[in-house]
Amino acid sequence: MTERVRVAVIGGGPAGLTAAAALAPAVDGDVLVLERERETGGIPRHSDHPGYGLRDLRRFMSGPAYARTLTGSALRAGARLETEAMVTGWAGERTLEVTSPRGRRLVEADAVVLATGARERPRPARFIAGDRPDGVYTTGQLQNLVHLHHRPVGRRAVIVGAELVSWSAVLTLHEAGCRTVLMTSQYARPEAYAAFGVPGRLAFGVLVRPRTRVVAINGRGRVASVDIEHLDTGRRRRVPCDTVITTGDWIPDHELARTGGLEMDAATLGPRVDTALATSLPGVFAAGNLLHPVDTADVAALDGRHVAAAVLAHLAGGPAAAPPGGVSLTADAPLRWVAPQLVRPGGPPPSRGKLLLWTDEFRTLPRVAAVQDGRVVGRTRLPWPAAPGRVFRVPFSLVASADPAGGPVHLTLE
Amino acid sequence: MSTYDVAVIGGGIVGAAVARLLGGTSLSVALLEARDDVGDGTSKANTAILHTGFDAKPGTLESRLVARGYDLLGRYAEATGIPVERTGALLVAWTREQLDALPGLRDKAGRNGYTACEIVDAAEVYRRVPDLGPGALGGLTVPGESIICTWTTNLALATDAVNRGVRLLRGHRVTEVRTGPDATRLVTTAGEVSARWVVNAAGLGADALDALFGHDRFTVTPRRGELLVFDKLARPLAPCIVLPVPSSAGKGVLISPTIYGNVMVGPTAEDLTDRSATGTSEAGLEFLREKGATLMPRLMKEEVTATYAGLRASIGHDDYLVELAADQRYLLIGGIRSTGLTAGMAIAEHVGELLAGHLDLTPRAALPEPPRMPNLGEAFPRPYQDAAAIAADPEYGRIVCFCERVTKGEIRDALASVVPPAGLDGLRRRTRAMNGRCQGFYCGARVRDIFEGAAE
Repeated sequence: MTERVRVAVIGGGPAGLTAAAALAPAVDGDVLVLERERETGGIPRHSDHPGYGLRDLRRFMSGPAYARTLTGSALRAGARLETEAMVTGWAGERTLEVTSPRGRRLVEADAVVLATGARERPRPARFIAGDRPDGVYTTGQLQNLVHLHHRPVGRRAVIVGAELVSWSAVLTLHEAGCRTVLMTSQYARPEAYAAFGVPGRLAFGVLVRPRTRVVAINGRGRVASVDIEHLDTGRRRRVPCDTVITTGDWIPDHELARTGGLEMDAATLGPRVDTALATSLPGVFAAGNLLHPVDTADVAALDGRHVAAAVLAHLAGGPAAAPPGGVSLTADAPLRWVAPQLVRPGGPPPSRGKLLLWTDEFRTLPRVAAVQDGRVVGRTRLPWPAAPGRVFRVPFSLVASADPAGGPVHLTLE
Repeated sequence: MSTYDVAVIGGGIVGAAVARLLGGTSLSVALLEARDDVGDGTSKANTAILHTGFDAKPGTLESRLVARGYDLLGRYAEATGIPVERTGALLVAWTREQLDALPGLRDKAGRNGYTACEIVDAAEVYRRVPDLGPGALGGLTVPGESIICTWTTNLALATDAVNRGVRLLRGHRVTEVRTGPDATRLVTTAGEVSARWVVNAAGLGADALDALFGHDRFTVTPRRGELLVFDKLARPLAPCIVLPVPSSAGKGVLISPTIYGNVMVGPTAEDLTDRSATGTSEAGLEFLREKGATLMPRLMKEEVTATYAGLRASIGHDDYLVELAADQRYLLIGGIRSTGLTAGMAIAEHVGELLAGHLDLTPRAALPEPPRMPNLGEAFPRPYQDAAAIAADPEYGRIVCFCERVTKGEIRDALASVVPPAGLDGLRRRTRAMNGRCQGFYCGARVRDIFEGAAE
């Protein structure tokens, strides 16, 4: 069975829902959001604390309320939201294989928006050795357990990572009656917003150990302790705990992007996109944290709004393929990645006029340079820090004067 | 307390195969497992290869039983739906010494009755496995080596045994043996079991059990093998099993596709004293990363989905140790290493021959059909892809574990199966739920709810 729709959006999180809400009123025909979970809303559904909706809705709300609001907006705009519907593969350029309790079918779309998001690397991918006891979770699994399934966790937790999401884990643990005894960070400076660090430590009594990694988890049946190591001195010690949360270290959920044959970016591990969020395949677009693992939910949502313009242009019979050429953007260490990665001649500025970058080193007042073919084409000093563990945003104007016919533009921290 | 004709101790592949065979006669049989699930010891954590036996020591019992088991299990897999992929293997020589060893290995394979091996040059090695790292000098093909699902194999044999009337007693760890004139009383952690005959298929615990019968003939050294399992997106990198050539530099590690569609690197080999040390080690993981980076650099750019450690039962002896003590009505099956997955059914057949002089092993008429096992193999259709199955039962369209595409229907079936899981790990082995790249990020909480029967 094949169903034809104008737009298929894969993933009903902030980016997908916002894209659908922007597209549905403007598109003649179906805008179908395919969501594999039982509810739309994505990760915010189980992040039961405030901090959502700031940049896109100009409001300050909890994750679940935010998820409901975005779902309502998409529905009111006329998008069709189908839950428990998983796209398991491609049957053609823009034809999707979909499995749901209602059957197995193909969905053929004139435009596809990939908004499959990102997930945290679980323990095995971080090469943490030791036993495999119960009590080791990612933040996502922890919040799922506590907020959606109302499960108890332990009493003493060690959190691997001190990113923004790590503090979200602290809040969830606190609510579940579990004390966070230690957070470890590989970085010299805790990477989350300073606003979190001090009150977080005061309010929850959390000790953050910088330049430290968890090398092993011990315990049969249930976690009993972790072994930590100082990255500079090599000194080790054992910390008793019954819960370990591995936080952050995000990776895009890129399976469909890869199996669809999209050109991938080796740094973000997401599909390579231009400033309009078009991928290498005509009619296939991408938005949200699939492209930049990870920015906050509101920024992902604004990607959804941004991608709508390019989708509409494509549906209106724009050029069959995006114009060739354009300038590639590359992040040089200590910058890890940049998104988007392609600036096409005549293309729009990126979402919010910002390039998104990730840094592995902390800089208080970072100076960023754009270098093309050995020539500095842009340089700026930013009033906000570049900090590991969260996206570092840079004005697009930095690369505005790059030569459209020139080589790749390298972005560097000076 | 009733007395069984035979008690088989150990619910791994070998014990389950023996119980299944004996269950096909008119004997009453109990299968005792110390842990709370079958296949939870060495059988769950091997490299899951259906071996031709090409590299066994010629003339040994192992050589004979692996070759025989290859055929028996191959046929049984077809009958029960145990997934098997006939990928073939390629031994790759990286040094002059290894290259020079290839003709000897080919000849040895011939002495084991396996004659399909061919020596190939470096160009052919790279044609077969284009993503291999630089420096391969040549190789030896073993077309018959295949990958198989070890979990389903164990479950099929145990299910078949139970269907044939075998009493499966999980959570029965034998702590004491009292030999009497007609029957042996086995004191276990869950009460006593009495049997006329006892078969010891206790794997890592076989030597301790053997000692309870008053013997002192071997010691099991737990040998830890650690494995890295890579993301399914890496699967095209490993079109066949890539084996090391044994040399003075050590045994090396293999790169193998898995039946679930992943790629595996390992195992390490580390002799331990602790028989419960199934944790991974920093050194082991580091070693595998280094090895993998040399063997197949591109593989290291892919994500690691899981790391495993398993214990193999090494007895410092070059062959299986299968011995009958007729005066004690006791039979030992010891020293079954990783080849036991392949050889299990042949070992059972061999055990049957040894027992035939003492017990009536005439097969019963009208045995139940072999069970049809749920397919866990990535290369074969699974419920989420089956429009007809979903139309007939929507639960097969309700995907719970996104990474492995496990449906609620499959989890429900596993919970209601003949040998249901005792815990989440058992559920993983029956369905693949939570075994994927997210390791439970998305589905962990829900799977736990379903397992515990919580209302949804």
